[in-house]
Amino acid sequence: MSINWQAFRLTIELALVVSTILFVVGLPLAYWIAFSRRRWKFFVEALVGLPIVLPPTVLGFYVLVALGSRSPLGRWWQSLTGHTLAFTFAGLVIGSIIYSLPFVVQPFAASFSSVDGKLLAASATLGASPLRTFFQVVLPLSVPGLVTGVALAFAHTMGEFGVVLMIGGNIPGVTRTVAIDIYDQVQASNYAAANAMALLLLVFCFVVLTVVYGLNRATPNRRSTNRETWAMGPVKK
Amino acid sequence: MPTPAAPEPAKTEPGKPEPADQGLAKQGPSHPTLTARIRKTFSSTERPFLLDVEFNAPPGFTILFGPSGSGKTTLLDCVAGLAVPDAGRIIAGERALFDAGLHVNIAVAKRGVGYVLQDLALFPHLTVEQNTEYGLAHLSRSVRKQRASAMLQEFRIADLRQRRPEEISGGERQRVALARALVTDPCVLLLDEPLGALDAPTKSKILNDLRRWNQAHRIPILYVTHAREEVLALGERVLVMEEGRIVAQGTPHEVLGAPLQESVAQLAGFENILDATVESVHEDRGTMTCRMTSGLLGSDAGSLVLLETPLIRADVGSRLRVGIRAGDILLAVANPVGLSARNVLPGRLVSLERRDMTICARVDCGVEMEVYLTLAARDSLALAEGREVWLVIKTHSCHLMRR
Repeated sequence: MSINWQAFRLTIELALVVSTILFVVGLPLAYWIAFSRRRWKFFVEALVGLPIVLPPTVLGFYVLVALGSRSPLGRWWQSLTGHTLAFTFAGLVIGSIIYSLPFVVQPFAASFSSVDGKLLAASATLGASPLRTFFQVVLPLSVPGLVTGVALAFAHTMGEFGVVLMIGGNIPGVTRTVAIDIYDQVQASNYAAANAMALLLLVFCFVVLTVVYGLNRATPNRRSTNRETWAMGPVKK
Repeated sequence: MPTPAAPEPAKTEPGKPEPADQGLAKQGPSHPTLTARIRKTFSSTERPFLLDVEFNAPPGFTILFGPSGSGKTTLLDCVAGLAVPDAGRIIAGERALFDAGLHVNIAVAKRGVGYVLQDLALFPHLTVEQNTEYGLAHLSRSVRKQRASAMLQEFRIADLRQRRPEEISGGERQRVALARALVTDPCVLLLDEPLGALDAPTKSKILNDLRRWNQAHRIPILYVTHAREEVLALGERVLVMEEGRIVAQGTPHEVLGAPLQESVAQLAGFENILDATVESVHEDRGTMTCRMTSGLLGSDAGSLVLLETPLIRADVGSRLRVGIRAGDILLAVANPVGLSARNVLPGRLVSLERRDMTICARVDCGVEMEVYLTLAARDSLALAEGREVWLVIKTHSCHLMRR
């Protein structure tokens, strides 16, 4: 079995960078979606959710155009670094962030808005600013949602194919991720190699998700489980 | 600084308390009077609702009493800053918390108003101690610990400091919520049914602690409740609210003892409320005779039912309402004689309904009356629907109200 460790390392690196950035970007965006009373909020929500329904090739195509040397962003990046964003690791990160954005923002926003409004009111009457309320009340009570969002973004980035193909191409060590590698091996009829990589990705993603959901269930959820939820269904002990 | 002060005697003229209260307000920032005029409409709800109140709450307990939906919680929210009135002013001592005319609207976090919300809203992820310290973030760690610890001692929950809200009892949670609000030294305290679901002994213990705290600190406390016993136990002043308005105010005795408004009467537990006109006045005997003009049966023509009631200032022919508690009526299966009670009404049993350990009997005696009986009374009298009975009602069990 020949495993392309370079592609595997690259994929993990991409997934880590993307989920870290998405965590930071997702917090304020989800906060705004959860608590804003703007009328055009639905518009932003639809925009954020777009990558869920859009074919990755469509998304990849537009990101490629936006990053290319003919777009203002592409030209600015080129003047800064001397090369375009397309077919680079940085370009791949940008495309992946947009592609996985809803997988972070939606669980974040859902868990923020499920925090009891009375707790927010109590926090305010006790003199806390909205920012302090967010960090000391909303965030700690949203840990399961945060973990879910980051885990989804990580796993989604690990397995992405269409966007990577469009933006990154297939440059070993730079943009050749596991999914691309598997596709290439199949194209070249190297089924054993394709199988090795596919199995590795499958097992790895499964282990990551199992660990994350297992931890999520074991710790913070226990406290936020309220009586009403389990009282509604049959209780198993 | 809080200074111990004797409890202020209850005001008997709650309508015009301004002069005395201004004096109290000048004692210093920790003894302010809460003065509020609040007007707020809700047009978004199915039924448009208008909250329109004006009141004065001097230091001590002011009870807000009224049916649900009467605007009590909205009133508290306006004082806390969680809801914004359309018009009016809210002034604590000499500090304007809200003034629509001057465009003053102090942020919730800066009002210094303590608020114990209806479901307490303890932070579930924080321990009792962390909950109590939450409002003291502006202080140094050591001062914070010391103040929280003193407050936990005062409310007898010091040994729970490392527990989380889900690990303590309902009564303990109420104490934590009170301690958390009081430790911040608020200028006004708002309590929204803080003892709602507790059993009587726990309730009275917490009420004692709250009363003790109030005697030492003397700030205006607005206390929302449905429970009569809490009104009587705590009340220095009662504001009765109905449909967004204050319909009666005074001491608990004034408001609950001699109710003048029907809503108050229903709250005070009159199951029987009958329209009546004054038939004759017997000033020498201190009684009146009233003719029931309608009962629960709804017939508006004057019935034959006459009741002797206590004397109030009313002319012959004036229209009143009579409230009689179902538990104050005696039921006999034979025409009773030799009674001190002045009202004996013959009638027929319409229905018998069991409510927990009480039998609720409906008797048609020209007007329909509700009577509460024990299970034993039903069995020993062999009561059944359709049976002929007599109702015995004492003069002083008839409470008169304005119509």
